[in-house]
Formats: sequence, structure tokens, C-alpha cells
Amino acid sequence: MLKNIIEVKNLSKSFDISSKEPGLKGTIKHFFKRKTKSLKVIKDISFEIKEGEIVGFLGANGAGKTTILKMLCGLIYPSEGSIFVSGNLPFRRKENFLKNITLIMGQKQQLIWDLPPIESFYLNASIYDLDKFEAKKRIKKLSEMLEIEDELFIPVRKLSLGQRMKSELLAALIHEPKILFLDEPTLGLDINAQRNLRKFLEKYNKETNATICLTSHYMKDITSLCKRVICVHNGSISYDGKLNLLLKKLSPVKEILIVCKSEKDANQLENSGFNVKNKSKNEITIKVENHSITSSLKTILNNFDIEDLFINEPPIDEIIGKILIKKDHNV
Amino acid sequence: MNLIRYLKVYTKFLHTSLASELEYKTNILIDLITAILSLLGSIFLLYIFFQNNESIGGWEFKQALIIQGIYTILNGITNTWFNPNLTEIVKHIREGTLDFVLLKPIDSQFFISLKKITPSGFLEIILGFCLLLYCIKINQIKIHLSFLTLSLITIICSICILYSLWFFISTTTIWFVKTWNATEVLRSFLYIGRFPLNSFSFSLRIFFSVFIPIAFITTIPSEVFLGISQTWKILLEVIVAMVFLFTSRKFWLFALKFYSSASS
Repeated sequence: MLKNIIEVKNLSKSFDISSKEPGLKGTIKHFFKRKTKSLKVIKDISFEIKEGEIVGFLGANGAGKTTILKMLCGLIYPSEGSIFVSGNLPFRRKENFLKNITLIMGQKQQLIWDLPPIESFYLNASIYDLDKFEAKKRIKKLSEMLEIEDELFIPVRKLSLGQRMKSELLAALIHEPKILFLDEPTLGLDINAQRNLRKFLEKYNKETNATICLTSHYMKDITSLCKRVICVHNGSISYDGKLNLLLKKLSPVKEILIVCKSEKDANQLENSGFNVKNKSKNEITIKVENHSITSSLKTILNNFDIEDLFINEPPIDEIIGKILIKKDHNV
Repeated sequence: MNLIRYLKVYTKFLHTSLASELEYKTNILIDLITAILSLLGSIFLLYIFFQNNESIGGWEFKQALIIQGIYTILNGITNTWFNPNLTEIVKHIREGTLDFVLLKPIDSQFFISLKKITPSGFLEIILGFCLLLYCIKINQIKIHLSFLTLSLITIICSICILYSLWFFISTTTIWFVKTWNATEVLRSFLYIGRFPLNSFSFSLRIFFSVFIPIAFITTIPSEVFLGISQTWKILLEVIVAMVFLFTSRKFWLFALKFYSSASS
């Protein structure tokens, strides 16, 4: 049985936030006397993550996903509750803990802007106390996996966003961390670059059994990498479980587009008791519940003259959109 | 073992920041010319002050040049290490890139204080030493071991005081987010260090000794140079430097508990 690498119990975090009224009067008031209030951004959450798992954190902007990640990697002190990451209290930032984790943020970079990425890699290698030979070996291996061998010697400022992000990944993985915290790693990347990055993360997870905690607003990142998701809504966990169960629950029906041989067949099908969404000439779209798809298809194929049919999954973005605004998703 | 590791990392810091700076050759050239012109301008200003007075606050022009020499060395150190690194702290905190520093298995104060260098500052340090050598000649100072040791100790203490003051102000960014002006004010106060402490009124002398110890930074090392410093002053500078270094370190570690990182 796999052991828990992350254990979070009754975790809460509050920030003091100041608010300002609009206009000049509000600005002057704000300058002399600030109204601050304590805002609880994370509210009593608990979860566990097993070694080697890839877990996606889903939630709207400001839901608290990044704050959770930052508490897990020890950047922010929790206000209440406890966190253990590979047996350590993250906020103590002990050396052996830091050597086991990494944080990658899609919107922030650590590479030295004016120099080729290889310089930043060797700098990080010396910080992580790797000798030159070992560093060279790891750079070679990771650059091959990321397909950036040719970009290693080009100044970072001349690289494309996708190449830069891959280089950021290499810089963050040179010490072969056991736990990866990824905060929107595919932000701003084109479709191909996103796909390549996902492929790399999948491969890295398989090869090293590293645990990955990921936040992303690109649903493809979540659906192709994460079997398990944790939905965060206003600082609380609204769902923690398998992604496919959540999708089934939120989208219990599928749409079937049937192209009949003639308009007459389509009319017959329309009147045979199916839940018809729309119909035009010989084409008809029906809605069928997930559990009765096989039986419905059998009925249609046995009783009607069909030219073609398509089963359409509801758009994943639409379903995930529901998650972001709904408070509870108990399955 | 740890020391060797930190030395290795520092060598990498030197290498990467030199390589970064050398990417912009014209900028380095302009910086070098600015350093030379700045020193000449300062000496000219000092000369104007002394044109109608043989001495100011008991200091003659040739003695005041020692203060200028020490100021130039300190300014060179400021431009080489403090300016590129300590002003970055504000940026790190505002933009949240301090996250990367804090997650490295290395002392965060070491990282943010020494990661970058501006090589043109080296010229100022060299010019400052040249000026001091010239001052040794015109003031007919006899060089011996105790003189060299005390001079070195007081200059190192001055560097520590200046660093701690700057670092302390930059650390407050964790609460106030933007304290750029405060570091600029500190730099302006540093200009005062070009003049002997005795040339100021009593109240200003107290202010620059107790509240913002700029006086310690240049005047005491200069007095050591001239052999007119009292032992208690040297001891006081050493104590002030140690207290400042210790306090700035503790303050940094305390402040980090309040670091909330920038939103993504």
C-alpha cells in the first residue's frame, strides 16, 4: 500500500486585507487610516496525497488553490491546522525538505534573463550541491526528455515562451525532487507546447514516481494528467475524489447524433419515446443517460435504418465550469 | 563543508552575474566613465569647501581627502554588491519571486545579498584605494602592521554597518511592500559621509552618530588612518557593527514569518 506523502489536517489561513473606498476622499482616508479586516482564505481543509499521485486542484480565481500550494511547499505559514509533507513541517524549510520539493509557477521565472539557460542550470546545481559531472548528466537527460537540447545555449530573452517554460522546468527539476508543486505551468503556451509539457510531466511521473500537485485553468492539463481532483470553493474543499466520477455526476447524459437513411426514419425515431434535443431533415439529436447508452443504441440499430451516428461527450470546459461555481459536489 | 559549498555557490554567483553584465559592453563603459567623473567631481567639491578655509572641523584638505578615499571605497562596494542585490529585495517581494529564493536549500539572506555584482563598482574601489595611497604619501603616514590591521577592521565594520542599515530597510518591504524611497534616503545620507563629522553642528553629530550612524562609516576609519582615533571609538564601531549585523539577521528571519507571497 502506498504511503501518504502529504497530510493536511484542519488547515486554515487568514490574511489581513485592507479595503479602500473609491475617489479622492477614499484615497485620503485610506492613506491616513486603513480599514483592515481578517479574511479567512482557507477554511478548515483536510486531505491526504499518496506517493506518486498526480492531483489537480480545481477552483475559480481566488478560490485558494495557490495559497494551498504555497502552504504545502512552506512559503506561507498556516494560521491553524497541521501540514506534513514527506514527514516535515514545510514552513520550517529544512534543507532536506527543500531538496525534495520544487515549485513551478507559470507566470514567474527564475532563469537568468540575459544568459543561456544552461548557466542557470549549473547555478542551481551548485545550490543543490551537485557535482559538475552529475549536473551535466541530469541536464543531458532532462533536456532530451524536454526536447530543448538546441536551446540550452541561447540567451533566455531570445527564447519563445514555450522554450522558456521547458527551461524553467529543467531548472526546477535538476535536483530530482520527489514532490512537484505546479501552479498553472502551461499558462500562455500554445496548444503544442501545452501538449509537450503534459507529455513530459506524465513521463516524469512514471519514471521517477514523483508526486505532482497541479493547478491549471486549462482543463486538458487536468483531464490528461490527474485521476484525482480536489475542488476548492471559497477556501473550502467542495470535492475530493476521482475526476471521472465527478464528470459522470455533473454530466449524467450524453448526446447522440443519428443520421437516418430518410426523413421518414427520422420522423419515426422522433416519435419512438427518446428525449429529442433537435431534428432537421434526416438528422436527429437525442439525449441519453450514461447508464442506458448501450441499450438505447441497440434499440436504435435494430429498429431503424441508420446511415451514421455520433456519440458526443459534453464539452469538458462546460462541466468544469459548473465545478467552479458550485459549492458542493458530494458523489 | 558548508563553507566550501557556500564558496562554490558564490563563485557561481560571480560567474553568472559577470557574464550577465558583460552582455552589455556599452553600459559597463558608461558606468566606468561615471565612476571616474563622480570621484573627480567630489574632489572638486571638497576643494571648493576648503578654498576659503584652511580647515573645517579641525580637518585640513589633505586629511579630508582620506574621508573621500574611504567614501569612494564604500561607494564602490555599495555599487558592486549592495545596490544590485538589496534594491532587488523590494522587487522580489512585490513580484513574489522571493518564493524561488526561499525554496532553495541555501541561506536566503546569503542568496539575496550576494547573487549579483556590478563590475563597474570595482573601479571605484580601486580608485578609492589609489586615493588612500596618495593620502598616505601627502599626509606622511607611516605604515605598520597595527595601522593596517586597525584600518582594515574599521573599514570592514563600516561595510557591515552600511549593509545592515540597507538590509534592514529593505526587509521592511515584507510589511510595507514599497520602501524604495527609504533606501534612496539612506544613499543620500551616505553622501554626508564624505565630510568629517566635526564639520557638523553638535545636534547633527549626535543624529549621524546615534540614529543613522553614517559618522562611524567614514570618519572613524579616517581617524585611524591619521592615527588620531581613540581606542574607545574603534571599539564602539566594532560593537555597533556587530549589533547591527546581528539585529538585521534576526529581523530578516522574523520578517519572513510575515511573508505572504504575491498573488498569482
